[in-house]
Amino acid sequence: MFTPALAEIRFGCGLSPDLMPKGATEEILQRLAGPDHMAATYPIDDFDSLWPQIVAFNALGRKRRKARGSDAYDDLHDQYKIMRREARFKRVGWFGQIILRHSQTEDGFRERLALFWGDHFTAQGKAGLAKLLGASYVDTAIRPHVSGSFADLLISAVTHPLMLHYLDQYKSIGPNSRAAQKSDRPTGLNENLAREVMELHTLGVDGPYTQQDVRQLAELFTGLSFRWKSGFKYNPNMAEPGPETVLGKGYGGDPAQLEEIHAVLDDLAVHPATADHIARKLVVHFVSDTPDPALVDHVAARFRETRGDLAQVYAALLEHPAAWGPELRNVKPPLDFIASACRALAVHPAHLKQVDPRKLARGLITPMVLMGQPWERSNGPDGWPEEDEAWITPQGLAARMRWAMLAPRQLVNRLPSPEKFVEISLGDYADGPVRFAASAAETQAEAIGLVLCSPAFQRR
Amino acid sequence: MTLSRRHFLTRSAAIGCSAAASPLLTPVSFASAPWDTRLVVIILRGGMDALDMLQPYGDVNYAGLRTTLAGGPENGGLDLDGFYALHRGLAPLMPLWNRQDLGFVQAVSTPYRNRRSHFDGQDLLEAGTSGLGEVGDGWLNRMLQQMGGVENHTAFAIGQGEMKLLHGTARVSDWSPDAALNLSPQATLLAKLMMQNDPLFHAALAEALDLSQGSSMMQGQPESEGGMEEMTMPLPGRGKSHLKIAEFAAEKLREETRVAAFSINGWDTHSNQSRGVGTAFQRLSDTILALRDGVGAAIWGKTAIMAMTEFGRTARENGTRGTDHGTGGAMLLAGGAIAGGRVHGRWPGLAEADLFDRRDLMPTADVRSQAAWIMKGLIGVNRAQLEQVVFPGLDMGDDPGLLL
Repeated sequence: MFTPALAEIRFGCGLSPDLMPKGATEEILQRLAGPDHMAATYPIDDFDSLWPQIVAFNALGRKRRKARGSDAYDDLHDQYKIMRREARFKRVGWFGQIILRHSQTEDGFRERLALFWGDHFTAQGKAGLAKLLGASYVDTAIRPHVSGSFADLLISAVTHPLMLHYLDQYKSIGPNSRAAQKSDRPTGLNENLAREVMELHTLGVDGPYTQQDVRQLAELFTGLSFRWKSGFKYNPNMAEPGPETVLGKGYGGDPAQLEEIHAVLDDLAVHPATADHIARKLVVHFVSDTPDPALVDHVAARFRETRGDLAQVYAALLEHPAAWGPELRNVKPPLDFIASACRALAVHPAHLKQVDPRKLARGLITPMVLMGQPWERSNGPDGWPEEDEAWITPQGLAARMRWAMLAPRQLVNRLPSPEKFVEISLGDYADGPVRFAASAAETQAEAIGLVLCSPAFQRR
Repeated sequence: MTLSRRHFLTRSAAIGCSAAASPLLTPVSFASAPWDTRLVVIILRGGMDALDMLQPYGDVNYAGLRTTLAGGPENGGLDLDGFYALHRGLAPLMPLWNRQDLGFVQAVSTPYRNRRSHFDGQDLLEAGTSGLGEVGDGWLNRMLQQMGGVENHTAFAIGQGEMKLLHGTARVSDWSPDAALNLSPQATLLAKLMMQNDPLFHAALAEALDLSQGSSMMQGQPESEGGMEEMTMPLPGRGKSHLKIAEFAAEKLREETRVAAFSINGWDTHSNQSRGVGTAFQRLSDTILALRDGVGAAIWGKTAIMAMTEFGRTARENGTRGTDHGTGGAMLLAGGAIAGGRVHGRWPGLAEADLFDRRDLMPTADVRSQAAWIMKGLIGVNRAQLEQVVFPGLDMGDDPGLLL
C-alpha cells in the first residue's frame, strides 16, 4: 500500500530528518515534470564544456612523449601529473554533488532514474582523461531525458562520444567505404555498439533479432564518430555504401546520412520487445528481483500505448498496487546505500564542500571498491547487477559494516542519538532487534553503524 | 559477445545462493573436491616485461635493444642456463630454480594483436577466447564447470580487484584480506541478532566473520585479549597486501581449496622501469615464497602456480628508461608439480625482422595452450573439454612438458 515514507524509500533516496515525505504518487510525477532543482543547485560540468581540457591534456601528453629522453621531459611530466590530478579532484567533486543531490532533494525519483538510466546506458572512458568523464556524460546525455521519450534518450546516449568510444564505434569503418579504400591500415566493421544497442539498450537479449540484423545495424552505424577536439562527428567517409535492412525494414542508402541512423533508433525505441525489456528492467530495479508479471505487463502496455513516453511509463509503475508491497525487498547498491546514509545523517552541504578531495575520495568513493561497486567502473556495458546476492556477499557486507561504523563520524559534526536515528532512518520499518541493537551498542558510533547495517536500511 | 552472456549468475550471486552451505549453518566438509592438486593463477596486470624478467643475454641482438635496462650476468642478472639471466629482483627464487620448482615459458601471448590496450588485453586473457566479447565468463570458471563437485571453498578469488577469469556459473568464493571485519564482541552479537531473520544477510555475516577470523589469526595477532585490532575504513590495502593475499591463499589451500586466483599489479613500466619493476618483482617473489611456506611441503609438492600477463612490452627501450606495450610475453611457473629448472618455449630471436611488427617480442605459442596442458596434467581436464569449452577453438598442439 502506498505511504509517503515507502515512496521515499522505494522510489526515492530514503528518509531524511529534514525533508518530510509527503504527497501522493501524482506529486512524485509532478515534481519530475518540473524543473531539475538539484542539477541547478549542485551542478556537474557539462560534457561539451570539457573538450578544451581534454584537448589541452592530450596535447600535453603528446608533448611529453616527444620530449622523452630530453631535459624538458621532467617538467612536462610534472605539468601532466598536475593536470591529471586536477581532473581527478574534479571527478571527486562530482561525486560529492551526487551525494548532495541525494541528500537534499525532494524529487528523489529523479535521482534514482538518473542512476537507473546511467547504468542502462553504461559508457566508460577506457584511457587517459576519458576515464574521468562518466558523471559528466550521465548529467549531459542522460539526465535531461529521463522523463521524456525513450527514443530521445536512446539517441542521446547511443550517439554520445563517450559511448562511441566505449563500445568501439569510432573504429568501425565500412569495408567498402571511402575511408577504407584510402587507408593502408587494416580497417573493418566493429559490431560492438550495434549488438549492445539491440541486446542491452532496446530489444533485450531474448529479443527478435538475428546476427544478420546486428551486422546490418553495424553497417548502418558506420560514420558515427567523434573528435577529441570538438566532440560528436558524423563522418560519411566511414559509412558503408548502400542500404541496410534491420528487422525487415530498409534504411540508409547513398549518400549516407545521420538521419537514417536516428530513424532506426526511433524504430527500435518503440518496438514491442523494447517495451517488454524496459518494463521488466524498471520493475526489477525498483520493486523486486522476482517481479510480479502483472506489474511488468501493465508497465509494458503503457510503454507500447504511449510509444515510450517515459513519464507515462513511470505513472503506470507507480499506480499499480503490486509496486507497493509492504515488505522491503531490493538491496540498495553501494552508491545508493552510501547516499541514503548521508541523507539520513543530514550531511551538510557546506561540510562536504570543505572536505579535501583526497579525504572525500577515501571516505566515500574508495570504500565502494570493497563493497563491490567501484564508482563508474562496472565490468561491462551491461552495468551493475540487480540481484541482491551480488551485493550482500561476505566481503561486500563486511565493507558496508566497516563503513557504517566509521564514516558517519567524519560526515557530521555530531552523531544523532541512536534512538532518534532509528526513527529517522527507518520510520515504521524499524523492528525490535534494530531498536534493541541501537540501545544496546557500546558506543554511539557502533549504534549508528548497526542501524545503517540493518536489513531494513539496506533494503528498499 | 554471445547471447549466453547475460545468462550466467555472477560469481557473487553464486555465493549468495550458498547460504545453506555457510560454515556456521551447516557442518563444514573438508577435502570434498574431486581432485587433490592445487592450482594458483596470478594475473600480472599492466603488461610484464618478459625481456627484463628473463634477460636473453645470449642473443646477439639483445644488448643493442636495452641500455639503462641492460641485463645479463654482467649487469646483475642471475645466470640461468647460459642464455637467459633472471632479473635480480627475483633472486630470492633462485633456490626454487635450483630445486626445479621454478620455471618459465618464454614468448607466449594471448591471440590479442595490434591494439595494445590493458583493458582489452586483460579481458581477453581472462575470457580465454580468441576474440573479445565472445563470452561473459572466464576460462578458470569454465574449467571448474567441467570438473563438477565444486563446493563453497573449492575455488577462491582473492583480493579487491575483479578476477574475471573466475566469473561464471561454477561457485567461487570471493574474499579480500583487506575486507576483514573486526567488530567488537558486542557489535557482533547485535549484528547477528539484527540479521537473524534475513537469510541473505545472516549467511553473509556468518561467512564474513569466519573468514575475518582466519585472516587475523594468520597475521599472528592474538585472539582478542579485550583489545581486538582496531577497525579501519574499508579501503583497499596498499604496500604489503600481496603478502596478506598469499598467506590467506595458502591457508585456504591447506584446507579444501583447490584453485586460487589473484592479481599482482604494477607492471606498466613506461618510464624508469628499473625502479618500478624491481618493486613488482619483489612482490612476485615474496608472494611465491609466502605461498610455498604457507602451504607446507606436502601440498607444495602437488601445487602449480602460473603467473601470466596480458601482453609483453616493446623489445626496445624507450626514451624514458622504460618500455611500451608490446605483444609476446613470458609466463612464470612455480610449485612442486611443475617441471622447473628450465625455460620452456621457442625463442623467436630479436633481430628486427624477427620481432612482431618490428617492435615486440614475437609470440611463438599461445599462453592458453600452456594453461590448458597444465590443467590437463594437474587436474585431469580432458583435451576435448579444454579445446572446446575452457578455451573454445584452441588447438593445444603438442605437450610442452610443463609438469613433472
